[in-house]
Amino acid sequence: MSFRFKVQGSKFMRFGIYLCLSVFVCGHAVLAQSDGSQQNKTGRGGTFAITNIRIVTVSGATIENGTVIVQNGTITGVGTGTVAPKGAETIDGKGLSVYPGMIDAGTTLGLAEIAQGANATVDVAEVGTMNANAKAITGVNPHSSHVNVTRVNGVTTVFSAPTGGIIAGQGAVINLNGSTQEEMAVLSTAGLMINFPRISTFGGFGGGFGLRPTVDFNEAIKRRDTQIEELKKIFKSSENYVLAKETYAKDKSLPYTATDLKMDAMTPYIRGEKPIFFTAERERDIRSVVKFVVDMKIKGIIVGGQEAWKVADDLKKNNISVIYTNIYSLPVRDDDPYDFLFEGPAKLKSAGVKFAIGTGDGGGEVRDLPYHAGLAGAYGLAKDEALKAVTIYPAEILGVSDRLGSIEMGKMANLVVTDGDILEPRTSIKYMFINGRLIPLTSRHTELFDSFKDRR
Amino acid sequence: MRRVFLDLLIVFTISLISFSNTFGQSKNEVLIKNATVLTAARGTLENTDILIQNGKIARIGKNLSASSSAKIIDATGRFVAPGIIDAHSHAMMDAINEGTLAVTSMTRIRDVLNPGDISIYRALASGVTAANLLHGSANPIGGQNSTVKFKWGKPVEDFIVADAPSGIKFAMGENTKRSSFNPQGGQTPRYPRTRMGTLEVIRDAFNRARDYKQSWDDFKAKKTKIPPRTDIELQPLVEILEGKRLVHAHGYRSDEHLNLLKLADEFGFRIASLQHGLEAYKIAPEIAKRKTGVSIFADSWSYKLEAYDSIPYNAYILWKNGVNVSINSDSDERIRRLNLDAAKVMKYGGVPEEDALKMITLNPAMQLGIDKRTGSIEVGKDADLAIWTAHPFSVYSRVDMTLIEGDTYFDRSKETQMRADLQKERDALEKLEVNKAPGSGGTPPRIPAEKRLADRDEADRDGGNYK
Repeated sequence: MSFRFKVQGSKFMRFGIYLCLSVFVCGHAVLAQSDGSQQNKTGRGGTFAITNIRIVTVSGATIENGTVIVQNGTITGVGTGTVAPKGAETIDGKGLSVYPGMIDAGTTLGLAEIAQGANATVDVAEVGTMNANAKAITGVNPHSSHVNVTRVNGVTTVFSAPTGGIIAGQGAVINLNGSTQEEMAVLSTAGLMINFPRISTFGGFGGGFGLRPTVDFNEAIKRRDTQIEELKKIFKSSENYVLAKETYAKDKSLPYTATDLKMDAMTPYIRGEKPIFFTAERERDIRSVVKFVVDMKIKGIIVGGQEAWKVADDLKKNNISVIYTNIYSLPVRDDDPYDFLFEGPAKLKSAGVKFAIGTGDGGGEVRDLPYHAGLAGAYGLAKDEALKAVTIYPAEILGVSDRLGSIEMGKMANLVVTDGDILEPRTSIKYMFINGRLIPLTSRHTELFDSFKDRR
Repeated sequence: MRRVFLDLLIVFTISLISFSNTFGQSKNEVLIKNATVLTAARGTLENTDILIQNGKIARIGKNLSASSSAKIIDATGRFVAPGIIDAHSHAMMDAINEGTLAVTSMTRIRDVLNPGDISIYRALASGVTAANLLHGSANPIGGQNSTVKFKWGKPVEDFIVADAPSGIKFAMGENTKRSSFNPQGGQTPRYPRTRMGTLEVIRDAFNRARDYKQSWDDFKAKKTKIPPRTDIELQPLVEILEGKRLVHAHGYRSDEHLNLLKLADEFGFRIASLQHGLEAYKIAPEIAKRKTGVSIFADSWSYKLEAYDSIPYNAYILWKNGVNVSINSDSDERIRRLNLDAAKVMKYGGVPEEDALKMITLNPAMQLGIDKRTGSIEVGKDADLAIWTAHPFSVYSRVDMTLIEGDTYFDRSKETQMRADLQKERDALEKLEVNKAPGSGGTPPRIPAEKRLADRDEADRDGGNYK
C-alpha cells in the first residue's frame, strides 16, 4: 500500500491546497483543472463529500440520495445518514450517480503508444519464448496519452500484461493515474501471462488462391502436445531450482546454484501463490489449460474464453475464472450464430462460471470497456451483472477486491460520477476520483479539441 | 453434354425461383404498427404506423390500415430507424487493393463482389442496409467503388444500387506511400514514396485526363479525323472532371486533405467525401466551404502514427461548421455497432440526437448520392429500415428485424428457430467419414483460408499481398 496518497511537500504547498479548498467551500463548482502539462495531471487529494447522489455500490443495494465521503484516498462514508467531515469539499450530486471505477482485466495499456509505424514506442512483447521475469510494471509509460484518454471515460484501473512468446511475463494491476509506475501500481506483479500452446494447423505463409498452407491435424495435435511438455519441463525446472536454492540456504556445503532471474520469477506461480493467466479461446484448448492447471497444482485464469461456457463444469470444479475479451470479435466460423460471441458472458453467467469482461485492447480503445459490457447486456446478461463484469468481478479475479470494485467503507476511492447509466455511450462523466484524488477530465483529446474548436 | 444440360436446368430453376421471389415479395404490403419512429429527417414520432407498398414507404401516420393480404408487424414498444448506411466498407470484396500501379482507376470493385459473404448477414443483424464498397488505399488514385444494398440471398446484381452515382477511391498518406511495405532484395519500390510524390501522381493523372478529354472533344468537333484510342485509366478521370463521378478520398493528416481539395479546385471538380479524415476538424471551415462531406470513425485513434491526432470531437467540430459528416466502420466487425458509434457523438461535444442519427443514415446517403431513395423514413423513399428493441443509441438495444425495400432480410425470431436446424445439419455432417475427429483417425479436409479481414484500413496497407 506504499502507493497510497500522502500529503507531501512544504507548508507553502499545503497553503496552496487550503486556498483551493476555500475556493470550493465558497460554493464554486469543481471544474476540470487546466493545471500544466498533459503529462502530469494527477489531480489533487483532500477530503470530499459527494452529496445528494445515487450510489451504485455494486456490492449492495443502490442508495438513492446518499453521500459518499472520500478522505486521504479512502472511502470513509457511504449512505444516507452520512455527515460530511468539517472542511470537506462538497460536490453536489443532484441528478447524478456514482459508480466504482471500472476495471479492464485484459489490456496492454501503457506498453505501446502507437502500435503501427512507431516501433520505438512498443514494449509489448519480449524476444524469446520464456520471459517470466519481464514485468509490465517496468514497461508501462505513466505519461502515455492512453492513460488520460481512457480514464476520462470511467475506467480507473486496468490489468496490463505483456504478450510475447509462451511465458510472456508478468502483468500489473495499475490505476490510471500517477507520475511514476510506483504511484500507478495497485499490484505490481499480479499474475503471469502464458500463451498456452494450442492446436494450430498453421503451415506458414504463402499458398495463394485463398488456400493457406496447413499441416495435418494429427500433426498439429502432436505439435501442441510437444509444446505443453516443454512448458511442463520449464515448471519442473523451476521447482528444482527453487528446491536447490532453498536447500543450499540451509546447507552451504551443497553445490551453489547460480541465480536465474527467469526461474526466480516463476517461484510464486509454481507454488500456486499467484495466478497464471492463460490465453485460450477454443473449447479443446481451454480443456487442456484446465488439465495443465490441475496437473501442476497452480492457480489458473482463462483470458479470451470464446468457448469457455462449453467447459463450464471443469472451470467451476477447479475454481478457474474467465476474463472474456471477445465482445468486439467476429465469430470464428461463418456458420456460428451472428451473436455467438455477444452471448458469451450470458452463457458463462448462467453456467455459474466466474467471469469478467475485458477489452483485450492495446490502449486506444480500452475506453470502450463499458460498451463491451453493455453489449453483453443486450444479448442476455442482466444489466447489473454487466456492470459487475467490469467492476467487482475483475477486482475479485485480479485479487484486489479488498480495495477495488465496489463502493464500500474502507475501499480505495476510485469513483466515477455520471449523469446516467455508466454503460451507455450517451452518458457523460462529470467527476472522477482515482485513489481519492479528484482527476481533471482532460486528455490529449480535450486539448486538441480546445485548440481547434473555434477555428474559423 | 448431359452435364451441360443439367447445369442449364439448374441455372434456369434458380432464376425462376429468384424471379418469383423478387416478384412475389416486392408486391407485398407491410404495415408496421405502433412504433416509435426515428425518421432521421422529421424528428421522432411516437405510436406511429408505417405502411409499405411496392418496396416504398407509402404512408406514415397513426391508425393506418392495410389490405387483408398485408404483413402486419406489431412494433409496440419497439423503435424503427432508417437502415444504417456504411460509407466505407470492404464487405463482400474478394480483393481490396490493386497495389501494383499508382493509378488503378480502371479497376472495379463490382468485379470482385461475393454475395455469400457472411459479413453481410452480420451487418443486417445490426441494422445495416447499405454500404459504399471501396477499393483499398494503396494508390493515389484507386479503383471504382460499388454502392450496394445488403440483399442477402439475392444474386449479386440485385445488390447494386443501379441509380447510385459512380464513384472512385483516392488515397493519400501512409498506406499510399507504402510505409509498411518494404521492398525485398531486388524489388523496386513503387513510386510514390512520399506525400509530395502522391500529390504529383494525382496532378499528373488529371493533366493526362484533361489532354485525353481534349482529344475526344476535338474529334467530336471534327477538328481531328482519327478517333482517339479509348483509355480505361483516364476515362473515369474525365468523368470526374465532368462532375459525373464522385471522389471518395482516403487520408488522415489535415494538410494532405487540404492539398487535395486545392488540387480539385484547380481542376474544377468537387471531392464528394474525405474518408477517415481523422484530422478534418483542423480544417473544418475549408471543408465546409467546398461542400465536401467527411466520413469518419467515431473515436478510433493511435492505431497508427497518422491517427495520433484523431479526437472523438471531430464529428462535433465538423457538424458545427456545417459539414456533412458520416460515421463509417471500414470493418466487418465494427459495422455491427455503428449505432453506438453515432451515440458517442452526442457525448463528445453535444451533437443533437437526430443529427447524430443522420451521421449513419441520411448523411452517408447524401455522400453517396442515394439520398433521394434511402437514408431516412419519409414517404416515397425505399422502405430500408430496422426495428430495434430499444432506442438504437442504447447499448442494450438489439435488432429484431431489418427490411430492405419492404422485404425482410433479417428476422431474429426466425434466426433463432433456424439455429436448431443448422445444429442438426452440423451434427450430421460431423458424423461423416471425411469429417471424423482426428482423434478417431479422420483427417478433415483443408478449409479455405479465412477471407481477408478489412479492419480499420489495415488490409489496405500492404496492397493485399499477404495471406
